[in-house]
Amino acid sequence: MTYTLPILSLITWMPFIGALLVMFTARHRPLAVRLISLATTGVSTVLSVVAYVAYDSEAAGFQFYEKFALVPPLGINYELGVDGMSLLMVLLTSIIITAGVFASWTVQVRSQEFYALLLALVTGVYGVFCSLDLFVLFLFYELAVLPMYLLIGIWGSTGEVRPRGIFAWAFRETGVGTKEYAAMKLTLYLLFGSAFILVGIFALWVEAGQSSFSFLAFEATSFEPGVQRWVFFVFYVGFGILAGIWPLHTWSPDGHASAPTAVSMLHAGVLMKLGAYGVVRVGMGLLPEGAVDLAWLVGTIACINVVYGALSAMAQTDLKYVIAYSSVSHMGLVMLGAATLTEAGLNGSVFQMFAHGVMTGLFFALVGLVYEKTHSRDIPKMGGFGRVMPGIATAFTIGGLSSLGLPATSGFVAEILTFMGAWRSDHRWWLIPAVVGTFLTAIYVLRVVKQIFWGPPSPHFHHLEDARGPEWVAVVALTIIIVFFGMVPGIAIGLVDTATVPLLARLPLP
Amino acid sequence: MRILVWLPLLVLGLPFASFLLLAVVPPLRRTGRGAGVISILAIAGAFLGALGVWTQGFRTESRWEWIPADGGPMATVGILVDPLSAAMLALITLVSLLVQVYSLDYLHDEPARGLGRYYAYHSLFAFSMLGLVLSPTFLQMFIFWELVGLCSYLLIGYWYDRPAAARAAVKAFWVTKLGDVGFVVGIVMLWGTTGTFDFTTLFAMARENQIPAEGLTLTLFLIYLGAVGKSAQFPLHVWLPDAMEGPTPVSALIHAATMVTAGVFLVTRAQPLFLLAPDVMGIIAAVGAFTALLAASMACVETDIKRVLAYSTVSQLGYMMTAAGLAAAAAGFFHLLTHGVFKALLFLGAGAVIHAVGTNDMFRMGGLGRAMPQTAIVFIVGTLALAGVPPLAGFFSKEAILAGVWQHGATTLFVILALTAFLTAFYMFRAVFLVFFGRAHAAGHPHDAPWLMRGPLWILAILTVAIGLRYAIGGHGDDAHPAPGWLAPFSVVLALSGIALAWAMYQRGAIEPAALSRALRPIDFMARRRYGLDALYGGLYQAFILGFSGLIGWIDRYFVDGILNVLSAWTLRGGDGLRRIQTGRAQDYLYGVAFGVLLVVVWFHWWAQ
Repeated sequence: MTYTLPILSLITWMPFIGALLVMFTARHRPLAVRLISLATTGVSTVLSVVAYVAYDSEAAGFQFYEKFALVPPLGINYELGVDGMSLLMVLLTSIIITAGVFASWTVQVRSQEFYALLLALVTGVYGVFCSLDLFVLFLFYELAVLPMYLLIGIWGSTGEVRPRGIFAWAFRETGVGTKEYAAMKLTLYLLFGSAFILVGIFALWVEAGQSSFSFLAFEATSFEPGVQRWVFFVFYVGFGILAGIWPLHTWSPDGHASAPTAVSMLHAGVLMKLGAYGVVRVGMGLLPEGAVDLAWLVGTIACINVVYGALSAMAQTDLKYVIAYSSVSHMGLVMLGAATLTEAGLNGSVFQMFAHGVMTGLFFALVGLVYEKTHSRDIPKMGGFGRVMPGIATAFTIGGLSSLGLPATSGFVAEILTFMGAWRSDHRWWLIPAVVGTFLTAIYVLRVVKQIFWGPPSPHFHHLEDARGPEWVAVVALTIIIVFFGMVPGIAIGLVDTATVPLLARLPLP
Repeated sequence: MRILVWLPLLVLGLPFASFLLLAVVPPLRRTGRGAGVISILAIAGAFLGALGVWTQGFRTESRWEWIPADGGPMATVGILVDPLSAAMLALITLVSLLVQVYSLDYLHDEPARGLGRYYAYHSLFAFSMLGLVLSPTFLQMFIFWELVGLCSYLLIGYWYDRPAAARAAVKAFWVTKLGDVGFVVGIVMLWGTTGTFDFTTLFAMARENQIPAEGLTLTLFLIYLGAVGKSAQFPLHVWLPDAMEGPTPVSALIHAATMVTAGVFLVTRAQPLFLLAPDVMGIIAAVGAFTALLAASMACVETDIKRVLAYSTVSQLGYMMTAAGLAAAAAGFFHLLTHGVFKALLFLGAGAVIHAVGTNDMFRMGGLGRAMPQTAIVFIVGTLALAGVPPLAGFFSKEAILAGVWQHGATTLFVILALTAFLTAFYMFRAVFLVFFGRAHAAGHPHDAPWLMRGPLWILAILTVAIGLRYAIGGHGDDAHPAPGWLAPFSVVLALSGIALAWAMYQRGAIEPAALSRALRPIDFMARRRYGLDALYGGLYQAFILGFSGLIGWIDRYFVDGILNVLSAWTLRGGDGLRRIQTGRAQDYLYGVAFGVLLVVVWFHWWAQ
């Protein structure tokens, strides 16, 4: 590489530097907190775009490579590099965190700590996408998960869940519905998942019999078929929890509903993609035979996710829960695309990660705005907001259209590729739940749009207004990205394709 | 030669530019009428371009990579110009232009914001519809197919604070989307077996019998489902009458002349493929004829003038589909074009009437012929065309379809379509007599519309006559299906007897309408209730989809998550229980240590040796 600038390290650590600056220089200066956050995430964003443009897709492979030894006796290195797939994820992270900084502009309570934690978390996310050393990847992964606990537990909001059914006693004892419950559930669930990942990483390390955690070294090793199968399963469960696979998804609706706006945006927009990315990159990339053997499981669970998530979303009356369950459904499409083990499907999967990330980021930003104006998330009480907040209504509609896969939004490209992959895979019937899922999405999304923004004005709310000032930045930017990538998907898919084709070539497909 | 590509691209690009301008520059959009002028100028330019494309009569195809892949693009976008798409370009831009001009006066009471939004949607619609007919691939067609559906949704719901409009918009989207689910699965399956979405490649493969026959019938049937939704064929026709909640010019453009014909266009465009699946063709024809008759029967009992026209649109779409299904696609397409002109005329005429009297109910109109003579004349011209009276445009296209059906030997379908033709003449003249003749009911002083509305009406009326005269003088020009000599007099008799019946019932009063209703009680009962289909779908939606989702939602919250909460509650209780071991008394810990030592000793003694 001719780049002497350690561009990936800069992207990764800029937010962390920002967090330190926020903690130590900006006490009681809320504007400074925001400006520092904006500046540091802005640098990361600009560098991500630079890397995206400068990436040489003719040469493909891992570029912007950096490496130095951390713990030589154990073979732990600080090793960074990105290919087409991870680069798109880095870009997604930049987009969402910048939008998140704007969306949190109005956070009043302890904004200094809030921003510091948010920025630290983002360093973890960038780190996972850039790391080529599994040990370091794991450290970044934990860094991305842990601040969540505080962010939700302190700045979250408490909802109401009535204990019912035969397990009602357990609901009362655990305090379902409170933000503390949601924070605890999310953290414990994800730590449970990371225990699996740790086991998987060490299993690879032991099996490979070499003193290195490098992804490239593992990639060059061929593992026993039996080992491949169970280690892939372990990675699938570990990363899959974060990707919201059924039936281990229940942390996500509670977590996303309780979390403050920017945290929901980041979590549903980017962190869930960490899980899917992990399954594809680490699971499929290092254990090709295991992936082929277990594709039926991954795809079948994904089909359940798609339909089950959509139906659950339809049953919700709390706006944030609707969006949260729609993420469960869409993450199903991501996993389904990957499980098809076809070029179209895998490209669709990665593109869906991007498309859904932007879309759900937009959704949570808008829900945050609506909540800020109405102090309610109760859909049946709302109505006729289109007249008083036309901008929010328009953006919400565009997000919804992307969610239901309307052409000219990025959601469509991702979905059609997934459909094509499903039909070309060994399990053609996967196409049916995937398509049914999109139809159900059309039902619940348009129902919500109609209830909230259409119809006569609701008598419950007065003096509502549209978004203003910095609030617009996130909404407009995310909306434009959704439409732009929907019309010109080639600029993302061309890049992703350079990473997915070699990955698929390593699979022992018949 | 480059003009071959640039001219159709210009036609496509102008409305898009207008949409983009109105969408991203809010101050421009909020000028209202200013936005209207921009949109009208763009579509006028597109119309001139379309005329150029049409009269040049060239054929060209260009495609560009859209979704890249390792071995060449996975999907392309581009344009395909041939006589079929060129004729559609002319129709779409013409009707769009007239409707947009008409709307300037029709919606002059709207706030400027709303009007700007209206014209932005119109520009988007024109772009999408033009993109649809220019598509060289199934995938691109699907893309624009969905976009016109979106515009339809947005424009039906233009008055979004009216609950009925909101409901109708969502219903239209869902019902057509249901058909589109079939469409997308169909094209993905076709791609799976042939590896391409391109019409040209697929047609070439079809000619050389290279398309695997296995599963082709299912594939094409699924693609046809898209047309069922969009072209309002039974059983997915239920959305179109409700779509009349939108502004009347929208109904004229989208729900009569252009978008709803997309299904017919699809079957016509992909005719070489459909010919490979005779079973699907049979279904298309049978469903088309059935739809034609069913819709006509509902039009006979409707009291809302716009809904009469909507049912008549459904019925005529059934006509076109029958022709397409019997390999007489040219006749069907001819009817599509003439119907587009005179149905737009009828809707805009109805709009002028509604504008003047402020109601949709035909029984509250009457005697308007005297108050609005110009509207009455053009409306009657349109009605005569739709009823199939020579020498107007509708007569020739309808006769071409009947000839095609007769030639094909489908006697049953011929009888159904002939009966439909009779009913069409009847219900349309029922409307004419109720609205323009008889005693005046309307309050106030209705008068002819301002010239911006009258102009488009006259243009369409003149076109309806001119196209008819052109065929009356120039002959049919359709040698593939020469009509038997008795057919023309037969159709005229059908039309005239329908008109006569309407006259006897609603003008002369010789036959009591109530008596006829009683005589045909079962049909009358069912037709007034729309054959129960709306109720059935409503019930299925409530019980099946919402009920099932409620169940899943409950299971997720209280069972799947319940198990997790039980586990965590047990953990908490377990922790609580174990806490008791920490008593804080030294002797208890000492016992513990002693017990541990004992265990270690026993372990060493028994197992370690």
